[in-house]
Amino acid sequence: MELNASLSLVRPEVILSFSALGLLLLAAWREQAGRLISILAIVALGAAAAFVISFMMNGTNLSAFDGLLVNDSFGNFSKILIFIAAAISLMIAPRFLENAGAMRAEYPVLILLSCVGMGVMVSATDLISLYIGLELQSLSAYVLASFVRSDGRSAEAGLKYFVLGALASGMLLFGASLVYGFAGSTSFAAIGAAMDAEVGLGLIFGIVFILSGLAFKISAAPFHMWTPDVYEGAPTPVTAFFASAPKVAAIALTIRIVLEAFGSQILVWQQIIIAVALMSIIIGAVGAIGQQNLKRLMAYSSINNVGFILIGLATGTEQGISAMLVYLVIYVAMTLGSFICLMQLKDKDGGYREEFADIAGLSKTRPPLAAALAIFMFSLAGFPPLFGFWGKLVVFNAAVAAGLLPLAVIGITASVIGAFYYLKVVKVMYFDDAADVIVDSDDKVLVWTGGLLAAANSPLGYFAIPALGLWTAYAARALF
Amino acid sequence: MIQLVSFYIFASIVIASAAMVIFARNPVHSVLWLIVAFFNAAGLMVLIGAEFIAMLLVIVYVGAVAVLFLFVVMMLDIDFAELRAGFVKNVPLGLLLAIVLVAELVLGIGAYQAGAVKLGTPEVGVATVSATVPNIEAIGALLYSKYVFLFETAGLILLVAMVGAIVLTHRRSHGTRGQNISSQVQRRPQDATRNVNQPVGQGIEL
Repeated sequence: MELNASLSLVRPEVILSFSALGLLLLAAWREQAGRLISILAIVALGAAAAFVISFMMNGTNLSAFDGLLVNDSFGNFSKILIFIAAAISLMIAPRFLENAGAMRAEYPVLILLSCVGMGVMVSATDLISLYIGLELQSLSAYVLASFVRSDGRSAEAGLKYFVLGALASGMLLFGASLVYGFAGSTSFAAIGAAMDAEVGLGLIFGIVFILSGLAFKISAAPFHMWTPDVYEGAPTPVTAFFASAPKVAAIALTIRIVLEAFGSQILVWQQIIIAVALMSIIIGAVGAIGQQNLKRLMAYSSINNVGFILIGLATGTEQGISAMLVYLVIYVAMTLGSFICLMQLKDKDGGYREEFADIAGLSKTRPPLAAALAIFMFSLAGFPPLFGFWGKLVVFNAAVAAGLLPLAVIGITASVIGAFYYLKVVKVMYFDDAADVIVDSDDKVLVWTGGLLAAANSPLGYFAIPALGLWTAYAARALF
Repeated sequence: MIQLVSFYIFASIVIASAAMVIFARNPVHSVLWLIVAFFNAAGLMVLIGAEFIAMLLVIVYVGAVAVLFLFVVMMLDIDFAELRAGFVKNVPLGLLLAIVLVAELVLGIGAYQAGAVKLGTPEVGVATVSATVPNIEAIGALLYSKYVFLFETAGLILLVAMVGAIVLTHRRSHGTRGQNISSQVQRRPQDATRNVNQPVGQGIEL
């Protein structure tokens, strides 16, 4: 039967939905079971990921529900990355939230529901499924941002994120309605076919609005204004989640809609993507320079990195998309690792520190943590021996191969500007007088995950290049 | 004939009650007139064969939006006399807005008469429905077959909204006492009361 066949293709999402519902029931009776429910949620994510991997191994490429969703290797690759990032954000959260007095069972449930939304996002081949997936993910994110409601900054972050996110959803919907009106269909394939024939002014307006809405969701300039405030205010494990999984989902969604729906008219969207990429790179690099708060710094770094990732999309080639995916994998490892290091910055009274002054001379008081943070900073800056360099290299390589040499040159120049503030972190840690406020972290989970991610970002990561190259090329091929 | 008569009845009541929304002195009455207007607009929708939209108007606008208005009007302590006091001051701005709106209406009608915008041709099977099928049935058939997965996912979105509202606002307060039926029923007079032989001229000790 058609419905059964379709349902078997969305098995990961179905598993996650049912586990979220079950865990919500469990939470209703055992309110203090936040840790247990987190562990069960990680198990559910693992089960969903196992199905995704089996789809990936079988090379499934089928559309489900009459063309609303597709199960292909591109979506599956993104889903694996999303589920891993979500599982890590679940692992690192309990201790932090317990300290803040906010470890409740709803945290893992909301992360699971958000993962359902992200699964729908990356496999959407229709404007309606795109919007529903996006909204499920965003709505969970708004709640997560203000999860520590006793903290004024957290509440402010949630409110700000909600209002601006609603505005972005409105723009996206307006664009979608224009595209539907002028193309006559909501399905990506039919929009692509209509665009082959003719691209009118109305359709171009629609595309601009859709891309603006999506640029907001991936926090690309000029729609990045919310990012520093939300990243600073949200609880750190939630910020780590925002900077990883939802970003992967929104970028994968952008890739799919640009290539499958608008792909035939590269001239229409390429200049938008190039402009957004350049603005993000430059604003991300320049805006970070004056920041005193490390979480705000990471927010600008994430804007900057999104710009580099979008360079791959601007090429519109298979090589470019595969390079983007490589960059995304490395970016997720770098950014999660950096936030895990920031979460270990605790003072004697158990308060979390996040200012530049607090990490002064960290290399003398806590050498391993300082070394790990330095590895992440060098990797984010793209210094050659570290793994972050490889991501930038493949993206620029693809840009040059597609004839976008000026874009690559500007990107490299801006990454030199960006290196300034990454190096500033290292300089403060290694060459300033010790402030001696940070004590040893008592959270073994953070120490271990941070250490593993640091190892992955060190030159050891280069061992993963053949496998990574193979899988990303395989995923990118599904779109062409 | 009967259609024409009912059209004029519905239409005139809509306009009359809409006018009453503005002119009623009591804001609660305004909201009640608004509900009358919604009901009659729903009647108009039924007349043109859009019974689904008629139902939505009654369920969503009367059932939810108007009740929400009523809540807001009754819960907020708004001094309407003070609001009206600024009327004369704001007349120029209001008139300006009205002129802009009228100009836009004229422009829109003019553009419409000049010919429709060239739109895309709708997909067969989604946007085209045969005239014999009632539109509730047509929407239901689509919603529960092709869009069933997204329909359920939309349900999850509502669940997230509910969970979110509870997470962000629910507080376990320690000062209040919940009901415990069995202990309340088992309570005997001698547990709750005591007889005191109160001496004359002394204060009572509670």
